[in-house]
Amino acid sequence: MRWVLAAIILGAASSAHAATLYEQLGGMERISRFTATMIDLSVADPRTAEKFDNSNLDRLKRVIAQHLCTVADGPCTYTRSLRGSHVQLELTQRHFYAVVENLQTAMDREGIPFRVQNRLLARLAPMIREVVTR
Amino acid sequence: MRFLARMVVVSFTLPGSAPAVGQPEAAAPLFDRGRLLATGGVSTVEGAGGGGLVPWALITGYATRDGVGVTGFGTAVVARDMNLYVAGAGIGLFDRVELTYARQWFDTRGVGAKLGLGQGYTFEQDVVGAKLRLLGDAVYAQDSWLPQLSLGAQYKINHQESLVRALGAARAQDAEFYLAASKLLLEHSVLLNGTVRLTRANQFGLLGFGGDRGDRYQPQFEGSVVWLASRDLAFGAEYRTKPDNLSFAKEGDAWDLFVAWFPSKHASVTLAYVDLGPIAGQRTQNGVYLSLQVGF
Repeated sequence: MRWVLAAIILGAASSAHAATLYEQLGGMERISRFTATMIDLSVADPRTAEKFDNSNLDRLKRVIAQHLCTVADGPCTYTRSLRGSHVQLELTQRHFYAVVENLQTAMDREGIPFRVQNRLLARLAPMIREVVTR
Repeated sequence: MRFLARMVVVSFTLPGSAPAVGQPEAAAPLFDRGRLLATGGVSTVEGAGGGGLVPWALITGYATRDGVGVTGFGTAVVARDMNLYVAGAGIGLFDRVELTYARQWFDTRGVGAKLGLGQGYTFEQDVVGAKLRLLGDAVYAQDSWLPQLSLGAQYKINHQESLVRALGAARAQDAEFYLAASKLLLEHSVLLNGTVRLTRANQFGLLGFGGDRGDRYQPQFEGSVVWLASRDLAFGAEYRTKPDNLSFAKEGDAWDLFVAWFPSKHASVTLAYVDLGPIAGQRTQNGVYLSLQVGF
């Protein structure tokens, strides 16, 4: 019993110093990798492919990785307007959720646990209001 | 308003007419299956989108506000002394309206003989349902505590009218109404559902509606907790209170523990341990629940 209690207390103490989401996601290196995979999957995805027709993909990967880093409380600053950068794409909910699915697949490939993925998705989900304009 | 606009667009562009001017891109498919896996839930024993016993505020199928989703399902509950079989179908329109139909067969097995109805006597019931999403989005509104809220109605037609009246029920057909709230706590990978149902159904209506102990609409409470273990696997628990209107047989609450597997947006399998409470004077009816849903 005593060591169980000790473990619980230790657990509580360590969760008090819980890693930031940025750290749980594996830092900038891994964020950059799954962001690139997400974009590659979305470019190849018939649901979303045409929305990337005029994109500089390398730049897009960099900018989105910066955004995800910022959202995850990492040491980045992303200040662009989401609405401004998406409004001309005339995205629907289907586009948004297709990219979410590709992000999930990309994070799966990096071995990021489902519950950590969901912590990131929970922060991204409300952005549908800015991103989806149709 | 958006819902009405979509309906008008669909009715004017089907079948096969040219895309509207000002839409240079290929139109998205009507059956868009855009929403995330598992967010359409499965089909309840009454046909509504939700869990097995408790409806959710979410609309059946995977259609976004721009599409239509169709689901079909079959369910079998094998309890200690009786079986319940259900088959049905549903349509989700623009993530706003859900229309469902379910046919239930309640096989009394040996209890039928005991009650003098005959071995394997089977009660049958039709359930027609409608659900309207009032406000909120359970999935993406992660920055708000506001759940998705939906209003639902079910009309149930029991085909054993003379028998259920003889058992003490006041009627064999009735409507019931519910308000359902659903909230995905994505940060915790948990989905919460709560439903208040106004009903006077005896055993879901399988033994008619109202009775010698009560014939008024009473609020009943239903809730479920679902833990999303992965994208395609969910574990959950449900609880549902029921009225107790018939003096010949006490009626109790129902609950279950389930696991649902979503191999794709086209199919799901749900396996549960379910306890429907005592039915028709028999001991509590616990057993196994198995349900298959298909959709497009």
